[in-house]
Amino acid sequence: MSKARASLTRTSLVHLALISYAVISIFPVFLTLINSMKDRNAIFRNPMQIPTPKTFDLVGYYTVLGQGDFATYFQNSFIVTVVSIALVLLFGAMAAFALSEYRFRGNTLMGLYLAIGIMIPIRLGTVAILQGMVATGLVNTLTALVLVYTAQGIPLAVFILSEFMRTVSDDLKNAGRIDGLSEYSIFFRLVLPLVRPAMATVAVFTMIPIWNDLWFPLILAPSEATKTVTLGSQIFIGQFVTNWNAVLAALSLAILPVLILYFIFSRQLIRGITSGAVK
Amino acid sequence: MGSLQLKSVRKSFGTVDVIKGIDLDVKDGEFVIFVGPSGCGKSTLLRIIAGLEDATSGSITIDGAEVVTVPPAKRGIAMVFQSYALYPHLTVKDNMGLGLKQAGTPKAEIEQRVDKASAMLSLEKYLARRPAELSGGQRQRVAIGRAIVREPKLFLFDEPLSNLDAALRVNTRLEIARLHRELKATMIYVTHDQVEAMTLADKIVVLDAGVIQQVGSPMELYNRPANLFVAGFIGSPGMNFVEASRLGIADAKTIGVRPEHLTLSRDSGDWQGKVVHVEHLGADTIVYLESEKVGLLTVRLFGEHHYAVDDVVFATPTAGQTHRFDAEGRAIR
Repeated sequence: MSKARASLTRTSLVHLALISYAVISIFPVFLTLINSMKDRNAIFRNPMQIPTPKTFDLVGYYTVLGQGDFATYFQNSFIVTVVSIALVLLFGAMAAFALSEYRFRGNTLMGLYLAIGIMIPIRLGTVAILQGMVATGLVNTLTALVLVYTAQGIPLAVFILSEFMRTVSDDLKNAGRIDGLSEYSIFFRLVLPLVRPAMATVAVFTMIPIWNDLWFPLILAPSEATKTVTLGSQIFIGQFVTNWNAVLAALSLAILPVLILYFIFSRQLIRGITSGAVK
Repeated sequence: MGSLQLKSVRKSFGTVDVIKGIDLDVKDGEFVIFVGPSGCGKSTLLRIIAGLEDATSGSITIDGAEVVTVPPAKRGIAMVFQSYALYPHLTVKDNMGLGLKQAGTPKAEIEQRVDKASAMLSLEKYLARRPAELSGGQRQRVAIGRAIVREPKLFLFDEPLSNLDAALRVNTRLEIARLHRELKATMIYVTHDQVEAMTLADKIVVLDAGVIQQVGSPMELYNRPANLFVAGFIGSPGMNFVEASRLGIADAKTIGVRPEHLTLSRDSGDWQGKVVHVEHLGADTIVYLESEKVGLLTVRLFGEHHYAVDDVVFATPTAGQTHRFDAEGRAIR
């Protein structure tokens, strides 16, 4: 016999576990936020203390915003992230549709090949990527970053989306074929709207590592004009002196855009995670 | 307009032969039903006719024109699916009109045809709704409407009633029969339900293991089954089969008697047996007997009869209503 309602102890234990995980996750963000609004002495003397009227100081934000370049850094990060997500979703969905819809020689092999992309980190190929970018003259362009991130995101996108596309009814696609829709129309007008929750899931999973990445911007696009926020913040970290106010302020500001993107996708995301379980 | 010919159509998936050479002639205006157990290839055959699957070999002609290389949209067919397959993001009206819109039909004509079809199916009130806001029966009517609007040469139905509940199934069945009379269109219909097949069809095609077992009118199949498979498949409850040797008949291997062609008596008769189970259906009573001479027998009696388990009874087949089959299972006539 199963109980319809879980007991109070069980519920509170579950909530306790979830709350402690949430606290652990949020604490570094919280620490960054409060310290970004304190003066330099207060950061070192009492790092855990929330800003008091005496220690409140926005000098970090003035430094960051006063630098002028930071607007460009934000713009670069935003362009790279949004364009990469768009390309990952488009090509990932197309590949997933082909793999799940059509019977062709090498179908399974192609699926496995893409799955390997999830298992092997793209960073292992950094040297080759850099050589390729130098050869094609793409070093210090945003295009280089977009290309790398698109390649990095596609395997997971294909993996998740092809599973979802298998659940789209064959009859619906066949009805479209009888009504004279082309394969492209079937893909864009029938299938894509139905896997929208999965697309949002993929978008969020793709977005966060791209936004936070330091590795590829540092190697492929370190010029002033193509710096991303994460890389841009590094100018405040020196070998001997680090401007902690500025670093913390830059990081706090960097949370905002990604938070906005997340809210755009999150409504769909919840549906994506629960779909199948909840109708 | 609307005839169909299949000539030695075959289909294999890898090494598995699903359709093993089908020849069939469907005349204009006929209502043909493919019936058979699941996995017999009936849906695959329908998909091949629609162009959704390629035949491995063979020829398909619609109205005398070879269509093997013609895409589904250009074959002049319309299909109704078991799962309705309505476009979830379009209104009922757009669902019905999409095919015509894709074909470049003028707007006024689409409007007029959609109005005509929705009037036929009493869907006028729902034209602005989306499929999610309709009940199952309404959705299936929209799917049928979508087919009518195209004014096809050939209507294809793929188990259209399987997702409906019993009461709606009867209503929709009547509706399809009425549409066939009104439209005088050629219809090909796939089902595993022999009641649908018997009630709707002009001609039934019984399929098993990718081969046509028999083609004929419902009553032909019932009265003169060509082989053991058709004899057992058509009719419910299924036909009783008795080994001929047990009855001392030498020129046949198996004797078949339908449950409704057996009479029961408590006093005397051909085959003595003991009642093992009784089902009361109101209009019918189904009695299951275990007979020493002929094995398990099903007897269908009309009206109410009171037999109890372990009663000893005698069953007698009605004269002239037995079927004889040879060692290969073919009917002996």
